[in-house]
Amino acid sequence: MRNGPVIFRILEDDKGGQALMLALLIVAVVIPLFNLAVPQSSALHVSTYTVTLLGKYLAFALLAVALDLVWGYCGILSLGHGAFFALGGYAMGMYLMRQIGERGVYGDPVLPDFMVFLNWTELPWYWYGFDMFWFAAIMVMLVPGLLAFVFGWLAFRSRVTGVYLSIITQALTYALMLAFFRNEMGFGGNNGLTDFKDILGFDLQSDATRIGLFLASTMALAGGYLLSRYVVNSKLGRVVVAIRDAEDRVRFIGYKVESYKLWVFVLSAVLAGIAGALYVPQVGIINPSEFSPLNSIELVVWVAVGGRGYLFGAVIGAVLVNYAKTYFTGAFPEVWLYALGALFIVVTVFLPRGLVGLYNQLRPRFRARVGSEQA
Amino acid sequence: MLRLLVFLLACLPLATAVAAPPDSADFETTLAGLTQSSFKKKTAAVSALTELKDERVFAVLNAMLESRLYYRKSDKRVVYAEKTSAGYRITDTLSGQDLGSAEKRELKKVSTNNKLRKYLRGRIATLSLANEDPEIRLHAVNQITTSMTPESVVALRKLRFTETNPEIRKALDEAIALVDVTSDDKKTRLKAIETLAESLRPESRAAISSLLEKDGSGEWRVADADIRREAQRALTQIDERVEFYGFIETTFFGLSLGSVLLLIAVGLAITFGVMGVINMAHGELMMLGAYTTYVIQQLMPNHIDISVLVAIPAAFIVAGLVGIAIERGVIRFLYGRPLETLLATFGISLVLQQLVRSIFSPLNRAVETPSWMSGSLEINSALSLTYNRLYIIVFALLVFTALLLVLKKTSLGLQVRAVSQNRTMARAMGIRTEWVDALTFGLGSGIAGVAGVALSQLTNVGPNLGQAYIVDSFMVVVFGGVGNLWGTLVGAFSLGVGNKYLEPYAGAVLAKILVLIFIILFIQKRPRGLFPQKGRAAES
Repeated sequence: MRNGPVIFRILEDDKGGQALMLALLIVAVVIPLFNLAVPQSSALHVSTYTVTLLGKYLAFALLAVALDLVWGYCGILSLGHGAFFALGGYAMGMYLMRQIGERGVYGDPVLPDFMVFLNWTELPWYWYGFDMFWFAAIMVMLVPGLLAFVFGWLAFRSRVTGVYLSIITQALTYALMLAFFRNEMGFGGNNGLTDFKDILGFDLQSDATRIGLFLASTMALAGGYLLSRYVVNSKLGRVVVAIRDAEDRVRFIGYKVESYKLWVFVLSAVLAGIAGALYVPQVGIINPSEFSPLNSIELVVWVAVGGRGYLFGAVIGAVLVNYAKTYFTGAFPEVWLYALGALFIVVTVFLPRGLVGLYNQLRPRFRARVGSEQA
Repeated sequence: MLRLLVFLLACLPLATAVAAPPDSADFETTLAGLTQSSFKKKTAAVSALTELKDERVFAVLNAMLESRLYYRKSDKRVVYAEKTSAGYRITDTLSGQDLGSAEKRELKKVSTNNKLRKYLRGRIATLSLANEDPEIRLHAVNQITTSMTPESVVALRKLRFTETNPEIRKALDEAIALVDVTSDDKKTRLKAIETLAESLRPESRAAISSLLEKDGSGEWRVADADIRREAQRALTQIDERVEFYGFIETTFFGLSLGSVLLLIAVGLAITFGVMGVINMAHGELMMLGAYTTYVIQQLMPNHIDISVLVAIPAAFIVAGLVGIAIERGVIRFLYGRPLETLLATFGISLVLQQLVRSIFSPLNRAVETPSWMSGSLEINSALSLTYNRLYIIVFALLVFTALLLVLKKTSLGLQVRAVSQNRTMARAMGIRTEWVDALTFGLGSGIAGVAGVALSQLTNVGPNLGQAYIVDSFMVVVFGGVGNLWGTLVGAFSLGVGNKYLEPYAGAVLAKILVLIFIILFIQKRPRGLFPQKGRAAES
């Protein structure tokens, strides 16, 4: 079941993490089986639509884990994590765009359709290299990481904390959204990047590719989770938690608080970028609205619902809230914003530690009651 | 050929100005010419009408221009027609007699085309030159200047001798100079250039720059070097002045944006600065204010002019009460946890948005502008300031002053400041902090509502109204320094003006991005804003 002693050590005291790994493993085996092996007429058949939907949830879950790393463990409430997610998505989108080649509407071998449409004659320099997967894969991590590094270096060094940091991260993603809406930026403006055909030579519309992407998301989530857990358990992780609880004391003891925060922030941004890169081929589009501040705040509520500071809480929250969103926007589109708004209020006022916190709170009481009955 | 004819016809009355007294028969026969279908013949009829020196001509031509002139199919009598619910109400053009109502099929419109309308405007303007009201005369001169014909120039020159109003004289001088600048006489030309250099009309600049053009073979259009030199100087002078007025206009737009930001941010400065509460629903409280304006206009459709004045206190009360409800219902459980407050109020903003969508539909609602706020203050032809923006600048400053007075001069203000500086000590001194919290939040929210009334006059009133400005207004508060109203004032106006100055060079979106980046960098340098709060309260 687990492939090495390292993982055992990482998950030693993490019951939730163990359960998550088990769940991911089951999902990774069962879903493809029921999608590919079971005939469509059967009741047990899992449609490709559902597979894609689940894959999307897993990408969101990875994003939520990334946010929990900075918010739950480092106390940095970033309202701009959607920006890193979207940047990763754009990097992947650019690769997919270059893969279209001559199959676009205008049939230009190099230029994507929207550039032909805007009468561009050559590829902008920042699009070079995106025809190679390895390059795009590096960019998926490098671009969000670099932005987080520059932004974090500036912000943490001058000790911008708390709500100020939240507001300027929001301004960051807002500024990026405005920028990406511009046609002159060369990222497709309003419409973003879409009409993707294939990835690494596999047709994006085929069931097998969808399953492949789903499995990739599963593995990325598992990997991201293990990495985050490893970081949190390490000595660095402990210092980071100490910074969350008493920043000044940690500084007075002699730690360089800025470097620790920056490290975690950049790691989180890279994970968010990867999540974005997995998200784009599955939904088939990336546009500037992914940068909108609303998305980033919604992401915060996933983590808040699940419970911050547990990592697996973020996964639970992301999947639950997104499932609710899919359900509500389909069945009662009017109600969704009420529900989301109420969720914000209820969680912050009544469930400050989220669902996992609620469970932890209730369990001892429950046990005590069971115990007293037995005695 | 036609032009020549018109010209000759137009010259006739000048030559025989004193000749014929108004002749009713003449008027009637000439008027009949308008019932012809050919536009050429109609033009000739209009031209003939203007020669008649008959007072009724003015009204007829105006009606024709406004498509109110019809003729009865039965007897070809030309009438004014006014559309009523049952058909048309017609009035005789000759006697002014009420001819009762007529059905649509009994009448035919005296139709016009673009060319004829242009001609009509010119003729009406020439006729208006003789009007006693100086404003109508000035308007007529301006009208003529945009499309000059030889005969109108003659009329202008004539008026120049008798006109006493200095403003009209200046307009006349400019108009005449526009013609003289193409004259053959060098002296007249130089004088005309001198006059035009003082003028800000776009036509003047075009006329002067045409003197400096080269023709197809690379030769100067105007051979005389003196004239070209003078023209060059005049052109520079005009450009400098236009640029100067453009600068003033940009500043005005900047101040206008700044005043909007001030209105929004000053409410935030109260809740965020004084209470330490991040209210993400602030934009939605503004939206409620804007919708209050809309509802009040629906309630009193016949008093649009005062509806806005009624809406100000109403919006203050509505938004204030909602604010107090939010504070009592949610925020008071979250004091000391700013990040949680941020999330909870964001949830409230989503609920309020959806509420408005459910009640008023997701479409934008039209809020009417009262007559005293529409139109613009025309300083000269290069610069005009719209009244709604002017009033909003004044209004923002009034609200700011009022708030400052409330905080500095009233006992509530004293208590608010005490609580914001040291909550425990304030409570120990007998201040009911809970009550103060609720009222402070209500005050901040009420001001958001008032800001919504102002915004309803500038932008569309829709469910997304609040979101558009919320990031900007947070930037203002952060930039100006939390908990300092003066900082908010300086922050709002400098961001507003800065944004507008950048716009011509960078475009609207890029300007906004640049301002955001500037603030992000500024926060690095001064994490507590321009005017940081001093003392113990600043450490948290």
